[in-house]
Amino acid sequence: MLNIKCPYCGDRSQKEFAYGGDGTITRPKLNQEISDEEWDNFVYLRKSPRGKHIELWHHIAGCRQWFKVERDTTTHEIFRTFKPEE
Amino acid sequence: MQKYSVFSLIKNAFSNHEKWDLAWKDPTPKKEYDVVIIGGGGHGLATAYYLAKEHQITNVAVIEKGWIGGGNIGRNTTIIRSNFMYDDNARFNEFGMKLWRNMSQELNFNVMFSPRGIINLAHSDAQMNAYARRGNSMRLNGIDAVLLNREEVKKIIPMADFSEDVRYPIFGGLAQPSAGTARHDAVAWGYARQADSMGVDIIQNCEVTGFDIEAGKITGLRTSRGDIKSKKIGLCVAGSTNVLAEKLNMTLPIETHLLQACVSEPVKPVLDGVVTFGAGHFYISQSDKGEMVMGGDLDGYNSYAQKGNLPTIQHVLTGGVALFPFLSRLKMLRTWGGIMDMSMDGSPIIDKTHIDGLYLNCGWCYGGFKSVPSSGWTFAHTIAQDRVHELNEGFSLNRFSKGYLLDEKGLGTKTWIS
Repeated sequence: MLNIKCPYCGDRSQKEFAYGGDGTITRPKLNQEISDEEWDNFVYLRKSPRGKHIELWHHIAGCRQWFKVERDTTTHEIFRTFKPEE
Repeated sequence: MQKYSVFSLIKNAFSNHEKWDLAWKDPTPKKEYDVVIIGGGGHGLATAYYLAKEHQITNVAVIEKGWIGGGNIGRNTTIIRSNFMYDDNARFNEFGMKLWRNMSQELNFNVMFSPRGIINLAHSDAQMNAYARRGNSMRLNGIDAVLLNREEVKKIIPMADFSEDVRYPIFGGLAQPSAGTARHDAVAWGYARQADSMGVDIIQNCEVTGFDIEAGKITGLRTSRGDIKSKKIGLCVAGSTNVLAEKLNMTLPIETHLLQACVSEPVKPVLDGVVTFGAGHFYISQSDKGEMVMGGDLDGYNSYAQKGNLPTIQHVLTGGVALFPFLSRLKMLRTWGGIMDMSMDGSPIIDKTHIDGLYLNCGWCYGGFKSVPSSGWTFAHTIAQDRVHELNEGFSLNRFSKGYLLDEKGLGTKTWIS
């Protein structure tokens, strides 16, 4: 079981959280021409590295805030958790 | 190659079974091959076999980081089916069903293919309508589909909870009687043995460390056992696809996730087919040894760990006990996990790439086992002819950017959302 430290609430069990995927993806800017390639990158293409991975988690059964986690995808070691704007 | 039969079995009994030939050799890698397949799992071995058999290309190496049968080919729950609605998926997998039926004879290896049927349970009128539509689509593609009402399902699985006041009451189901199971290790071993006998080199304990690309063409690869030249390289590495893609500077519409399965202690025959309980994230069959073989959801976050986490097993078995209350009294024997190459639309990719001579076979999500023969057959064709076969033209790499998704069930990497 993962033990995730929500930056707002502290250490909680994995069961309280929902996963939100790769945390390094940024949405193309709105109100301007967006190429097919940019959309493809944003919607579908993922590095999915083996090792350190920055990802989004949602404290869905807690404070309901989104935040980021840096985790190893092989050992599941969590290096740090931080607020999205940090 | 020594042929396996009842006579060879009797003959070898006299020498205490100590004089059987090795099923495949343990060669040192040569300097150059016509084709190199990376990944000695079901798909890679089947590809090598069909390259040799259908296209007479026998100067082939299969490179495997671990050992044969140690990856997902030995970790799946052995379900074989072709109950797909979309033409591309249906035709491809029904072609595979034909190969499955004759596989034991063709490979001279008993893969124990057992067409014991599959039922997908439905829990509402709307779901029954959706299944009627899927069943009709299947029939148009020549696949047997039977829509079962509640009473008909009850005759097949009387031990399920048929109460009307449960969260997901059973309204009926969609059955494919010709679906079934097979012995997964035997599939890997059977393909490996035949490929080896036709001249394919199966190289185990050999990790790929890099690729040589010159002017947009692949020229070879570097491995832990030396450099190998080859103008054609096929990737069949399932959960490790993203790791090799990184070495190729490619970003793919694939995420690597962990899927777990478990078996109970063996019990007397109670369930003769495969039952899926999608609403409860649970499916089950009974092995020939009597163990209940069960699985369900992904662990739910990117993972390369070939072992899982307990909350998911608890979640899966909660669904299992809701459907089959008798499961609560069984002890679990084993749980294990495998890493899945989850594509963004839930359908696979068998295609050429922007690098000349590099071919990609990935994105099987958690349905790769049933497609071992059809994937091997079409991938061998794609590599040998340098063009996709009509059976796998829907599984293109650029379908995501073009918008031609094959979203059979609307599932991608975030299967838990549905």
